[in-house]
Amino acid sequence: MSFHPNEVQRRGRTASVILAGAFVFLASAFFRTQILEHAQYTLQSETNRLREVPLPAPRAIIYDRHGAVIAENLPGYSVSILAKTADGLRVALRGLSGVINLTPEQIEAAVRRFKQAPNRPTTVLADASFDVVSVLEEHRVDYPGLIIQAAPKRYYPDKEAVASFVGYTGEVTESELNQRQYRNYKSGQEVGKAGLERQYEAQLRGKEGTHFVEVDARGRVVGEAGGGRGDIAPESPEALYTNIDLDLQRFAASLFGDSLQGGLMAVDPKTGEVLAIHSAPSYDPNKFIGGVSTQYYSQLRDDPRRPLYNKVIQGLYPPGSTFKLATAIMGLEANIVGLDDRMPTPCTGGYFFGNRYFRCWDRKGHGNVNLRQAIEKSCDVYFYQLGLRLGIARMLAGGVSLKMRDKSGIDLPNEKQPLWPYAAEYFNKRYGTGGWSNGVLLSLSIGQGENSQTVANMAKFYTALATDGSVVRPEIVRRQTERTKLFRLSAEQLDGLKQALAGVVSSRGTAASAQIQGVVIAGKTGTAQSGVFRNGVELNHAWFTGYAPADDPKIVVVVMLEQVPYHGTVAALMASKMIEHYLKRPTIQGAQLEGD
Amino acid sequence: MIRKSVSDYPLVILALLLSAYGIAIVYSAGQTDFPVAYIVGAWKRQLGWFVLSLVAAYALFRASVRLVDWMTVPLYWLGIGLLVVTLVFGSGAGTAASVKGWLTIGGVRIGQPSELAKLTVVLMLARVLASRKEAPKSLLDLWKPAAVVGLPWLLIMAQPDLGTGIVFIGIFFALLFWSGVSWQLLALIASPAVSLILAFSTGLWGAWFLILIALVLYYRPYIVEGVVLVLANVAMGVIAPLLWERLAPYQQRRLLVFLDPSADPRASGYHVLQSQVAIGSGGWFGKGYTLGTQKRLAFLPAQHTDFIFSVVGEELGFIGVALALTLFLLLFMRVVRVASRANDSFGSLVAFGLGASWFVHVVVNVGMTLNLMPITGIPLPFFSYGGSFMLASWLAIGILLRISSEGRGRADTLAV
Repeated sequence: MSFHPNEVQRRGRTASVILAGAFVFLASAFFRTQILEHAQYTLQSETNRLREVPLPAPRAIIYDRHGAVIAENLPGYSVSILAKTADGLRVALRGLSGVINLTPEQIEAAVRRFKQAPNRPTTVLADASFDVVSVLEEHRVDYPGLIIQAAPKRYYPDKEAVASFVGYTGEVTESELNQRQYRNYKSGQEVGKAGLERQYEAQLRGKEGTHFVEVDARGRVVGEAGGGRGDIAPESPEALYTNIDLDLQRFAASLFGDSLQGGLMAVDPKTGEVLAIHSAPSYDPNKFIGGVSTQYYSQLRDDPRRPLYNKVIQGLYPPGSTFKLATAIMGLEANIVGLDDRMPTPCTGGYFFGNRYFRCWDRKGHGNVNLRQAIEKSCDVYFYQLGLRLGIARMLAGGVSLKMRDKSGIDLPNEKQPLWPYAAEYFNKRYGTGGWSNGVLLSLSIGQGENSQTVANMAKFYTALATDGSVVRPEIVRRQTERTKLFRLSAEQLDGLKQALAGVVSSRGTAASAQIQGVVIAGKTGTAQSGVFRNGVELNHAWFTGYAPADDPKIVVVVMLEQVPYHGTVAALMASKMIEHYLKRPTIQGAQLEGD
Repeated sequence: MIRKSVSDYPLVILALLLSAYGIAIVYSAGQTDFPVAYIVGAWKRQLGWFVLSLVAAYALFRASVRLVDWMTVPLYWLGIGLLVVTLVFGSGAGTAASVKGWLTIGGVRIGQPSELAKLTVVLMLARVLASRKEAPKSLLDLWKPAAVVGLPWLLIMAQPDLGTGIVFIGIFFALLFWSGVSWQLLALIASPAVSLILAFSTGLWGAWFLILIALVLYYRPYIVEGVVLVLANVAMGVIAPLLWERLAPYQQRRLLVFLDPSADPRASGYHVLQSQVAIGSGGWFGKGYTLGTQKRLAFLPAQHTDFIFSVVGEELGFIGVALALTLFLLLFMRVVRVASRANDSFGSLVAFGLGASWFVHVVVNVGMTLNLMPITGIPLPFFSYGGSFMLASWLAIGILLRISSEGRGRADTLAV
C-alpha cells in the first residue's frame, strides 16, 4: 500500500472530515426530531399510552313543586373493556362470559358499541350488580383491558306513580346517533327516552368527565392512576323543578288501583301548572335503567291495557258529553240560543232525525229543559237540536276555534293531535259528496262521531271554563304562563254555564254522588261508547271534566276511564276525591316553601 | 515478546465509558410495566460478558501485532468454516428469528460467527492490502481483496443477514480508501450499486450514466475494465425493475415503508414509527432514566438490542444522544489517530478497518432509529445487548491498544 506519512496524514484528515460530517448529520437529524418536532411526537406518545375513560355525569335531580324527589341518582357500577380491535373485544368478552353471565346478544351489542366508538372503552354492563363487580375484581388480572367504574344510576323512588310524565332514560341508539339533535352524543351514553327525561334532555344531561388510564402496546391497562394526568371531573347540571304535586300525583295513581285503566290530569287553571298527570296502568321506569330486560319489555308490550301508551297525551277518545259545553259555547257565541231557551222538541228519551231515531242516554226523557238544565242533566235530545240549529259549517268552525284540532302543547314528547273535522269537505272526502247527511251533527253535538280528544286537551279546554274564557297551556316544568282567549261570551253567559256546571255536581245533576263537604265542584260527566264489548255489553269511556272550588277554581281535574262498564259518574267520584285531597289537605308544606 | 502497559488511555477510557453507558441502558431496557424476565436480567449477563471481554482484550493486548498477523490466515478460514457450519446448522433468534445467524450446538446458542468474521475479514483484508507495494490501481488489482471480502459476504447474505453484509461492504471500501486507492476508482467500483438504486428513475439513471462515462474517460482504466464497468451499470439498470417485480409483496412493502413509514403504521412501518415517537418525545432532557413510556409500555420494539438507541433518545433526550454520539465520534477520531501512527501498514490497516466496522454499525443502527436507514438488525457497538458483539468489540479494542502502543509518537516518522 501507499504508506507515505504525508499520504497517511492526508487520508486521516479526509477520514476525520467524513466522520465529523456523518456525526453532524446524525446529530442534526436528532435535533430536528427531538427539539423541532418534539411537540408532535409528544402528542403521539401520549396518544399511544393514554386512553380516555369517560366519567359519566349524574343527571339533574327532578323535584316536585315542594322539593320532593321525583328522579335521582343512585351509586351504581358499569363494566367496560378497552379493546384495540373488534376481534380482540370478542375474545375478551368470551373470556369474561366464563366468569359472569353474558348472553350472545350482549356480546354482539358490545361489539356494535365498539364499532361506533372504537377509542372509548366499550360498555359491557351499564348497570352491574355489586356481586358481578366483586367477582370481576377478583379476576381483574386475567382481563387486562377491563374497566370497572362507579356510574350513577337513575332512580325514580315513586316508580309506577311517576312514570307517565317523568319517563325513563336508556342508552342512546344507533339510529339516534345519526340524528342531528344527538350529534354530541357517543355510543354507550345515557339519554332521556320518554317523558320529562326526553323533553328536558338538554337541561338534565350532565357534562361527562374524563379519567385517563395508561395502557401498553397490547392494550393492557397499566395504571389506574392516569399516568400523571389528572381526572376531568364530571359536571352535574342544576336540578329541575316541576309543577307536579308529588303527593297529589301519588294519590292520583292510587285512585286507579290495579284494575282501572285510563288517564288523569290535574291543572291549575290560572297558571297552567300541571299538578298531577297519570296514565294507568303504568310501568316501573327503574326497570328501564341500564337496559330493560326482554322479559319485562315484552310483558309491557303484550299487555292489552297498553301500559307504555300514555293515555293522557297519546290516547284519543270520543269526549262524550263533556263536549256539550263546547256545543253550548258555539250556540251562545252564535246567538242562536240563550241560557234559558228551550228546544222545539222536548226530550222524551229520543229524537227522530229523518227516519232515524237518536236516543237520549236517559230513556225516561228529560222533558222540556232549557240550556242550563240540559247541561245539568246532560240531555242529548236538547243538544241534538242545538247542533242542527248550528249547522255543519258553524259546528266545525266552532270546534276548530275551540282548539279541538290542536295539541294541548304540554311539555311532554309525542303528544297526539286530536281528531276534529276541519270543514264539511272532510265528510265529502271521506264519504263522498252526498254520501253523508246532517245526521253527523247530532253525533258531533254530544261529543261522538268524528271527534277524538286527548285527556290533556280536554283539561286545557276546561281551564277556559274555570276562568274567564282563556285557555292556559299545561306546563309541567315551564313557568311562563301562556293564556289565550278561547271564546267570547258575556259575563252572564259564562256565569250561567258555570252555574250549570256546578249544578251537574249537585243533587239535580248527573254527578250528584261526587259532591263533597264544604267545596262546590263544577264539572261535566261524559260517557262515550268505546266500541269494545265485554260479555255482550259495550264498554264506555267514562269522563269527568271539572274544577273546584266553583267560585274560585284552584284545580281543574279531568278523569277518563278507558273501556269500563261504568258511566261518567264513577270518573266524577274519582275527580272529587282528587279535589278533596288537594283542597282539604293540610297545607303546611306548601306555604312555607319559596315561590309557592 | 515485548511487554507494554496500556498507554492509550483516551481510547480505553472512551471504550469503558461507552460500555458503561451501554450497560446502563440495557438495564433500563428491562424496566418495563410487564417485565420480560429475559430482558430484565439482560444487564447482568451483559455485565458478565463485559468483564470477560476486558480479560480477553487485555490478553490480546499483551500479544504482539506479529502474533495477530501470524494468526490472521487460520482465523480467517476458521471464520469462513464457522459461517458454513452456521448456514447448515444455525438457528435464528429474537427479532431476526428467520435469519440463521446463530451457531447452535445441542440447542444451546454458542454465538454469532458473523461477529468473528467481521474481525477476521478486517485482519485478512489488511494483510492482503499490506502485502502490496502500491495501492491497487485497476479492477484487476482488486480481485484478491474482493475475494477476501466476497467469500464471507456471500455466506452472510445467504443467512440472509443484509445488515452484516452492509458492514462488510463498508469495511471493504474503507480499507481500499485507507490503502490509498483513488476516489475515482472507488466510485467506479461502487457504480453498479448506484445504478441499481437509480434505475427506478430513468432520468436519474441517465444522468448517473453520463457521469460514469465521464469518470471512465477521465480515469482511463484498461479497455476491458471500462467496458465491463459500463456493461455492469447497464445490466443493473435493466435488472433493477425486473428484480423489483421478482420481489415478494412483503419485501416490496418493506422497501416502501422505509421510504414512508407512516404508509402502513400498524404493520411494517410500526417499529420505525414507534422508535421515532420515542426519540421525538424525549425532547432536550428525556423522560428520565428508566421512565420512557414508549419503552415501558412496549411500544418500542427490540428495546434492548436493535432499538436500544431509541431508549437513549426517549429517556435521556437530545443531551443523552449528543453525549453518546460525541463519545463515538471521539472514539473514531482516536482510532484514526492510532491508524495514522501505526508503525507498519498492516497495523494501520487493521486499526482503520476495525474503526470503519464500528462506524458502519453506528451510522446504520442509529440512522435506523430515525428511519434514515432501512431496518437491518445491525447492533450498536457497546450498547446493544449481546455477548458475541461485546466480546468482539473489546477484542478489537485490545488489538487497537496494541497497535497504538507499538506505534510511533509522531506520524511523520513512519516507515514507508
